Amino acid sequence: MTAAPRATELGLVGCHTCGLTCAIGQTRCPRCASHLHPRKPDSLARSWALLIAALVLYVPSNMLPVMYTSMLGRGEASTILHGVVEFWKAGSWDIALLIFIASVAVPSTKFLVLGMLLVSARRKSPWARPQRARLYRLVELIGYWSMLDVVVVALVCALVQFHLLGTAEPRAGIVFFGLVVVLTMFAAMSFDPRLIWDADDDA
Amino acid sequence: MTSHPALVVCEYCDSVWRRSALADDEIARCGCCGAVLYRASRLDLDQLLALTLAAAIVFAIANVSPVIRIAVSGLHNEANLLQSVAALSHGSGFIVGLVAAATLFVVPLLQIVLLGWVLLFARAHRRAPGFAFAMRWLQRIRPWSMTEVFLLGVLVAIVKLSAMLSVIAGPGTYATVVLTGLITLIAKRDIRTLWDKLPAGEAVEFAE
Ligand SMILES: [Zn+2]
Ligand SMILES: [Zn+2]
Repeated sequence: MTAAPRATELGLVGCHTCGLTCAIGQTRCPRCASHLHPRKPDSLARSWALLIAALVLYVPSNMLPVMYTSMLGRGEASTILHGVVEFWKAGSWDIALLIFIASVAVPSTKFLVLGMLLVSARRKSPWARPQRARLYRLVELIGYWSMLDVVVVALVCALVQFHLLGTAEPRAGIVFFGLVVVLTMFAAMSFDPRLIWDADDDA
Repeated sequence: MTSHPALVVCEYCDSVWRRSALADDEIARCGCCGAVLYRASRLDLDQLLALTLAAAIVFAIANVSPVIRIAVSGLHNEANLLQSVAALSHGSGFIVGLVAAATLFVVPLLQIVLLGWVLLFARAHRRAPGFAFAMRWLQRIRPWSMTEVFLLGVLVAIVKLSAMLSVIAGPGTYATVVLTGLITLIAKRDIRTLWDKLPAGEAVEFAE
């Protein structure tokens, strides 16, 4: 199936900005002047560092409340999971599922998939390459939907401002959560998917 | 030879393929990993520019008009996108407020402005001043544009609030729906082909 030659074997490199196929050895693309990288620099180390930082912040983002709401004098600070449970109890199981996917399933999938890709790429493993390539593109595709909860908290806090009758304020959890989304996106971008296909001999 | 325009390298697996002409709306995929190599669109530059200008107008409406109105016991309130970002930035939320401002406002705005600028000159078969800069940044900021996430967030917030208040979707929400549709259409056109179509100027500018 993989009949095509690889760029590094032919002494070629593709430009990330304009897509031109360039000869290896030039530092800049002759057409658009972008830096040319046969592989992203320090891909594995950078991606690991960002992923671990995201994992560390993921703990407080789930433990700490993301929003404080007070209605008629009764105040309550709620975490992300608390919000999911509340939707579920109120009968909006579809919205509960949506928030659960965006805030819990997507970040967890990113941690597991990126971790697996990083380990297997370091080992130059030939295992399930087409599937791993597809998983990487999936992570790229779904990553930013995790920002959903940040948007919801922003809207609710902007709207519910009735002094004594009811107010809503953001809390620290949403800050950590926003940072987790950004860090995992950077981690995915730092990973060079071409490493999936690099074999031991052409290292 | 420093470059080979007849070849294309897959960004995802480094396989090298020979370019071939595509019919309208066809997508060339990598035979090794299945990633998209390049695509052809039925949209010509005039249509793309028209869509971009429409997106600019809708973007302005989406940002100044309220997305949600709520009412409870005779009191009412409304908020637009920028007010929501400001509410998030309250106190310790400063950092996440910046992230939201960048992904929901600054990046979509830059996309519309840079694309409009490039296309305006492309119609006259010219490279716009700062063409390479604009094309590089269009590529770089694309993953950070989150208009469709905002739209989904509006829908979730409407459901969440309607449990205790009366809630109406404002004009900002409808504008965001249209904007999401326009951005999806615009994104289907691979603007990298402009590098081939437009003749280069005297020198390639080196800027980072
Ligand atoms: Zn280039
Ligand atoms: Zn490929």
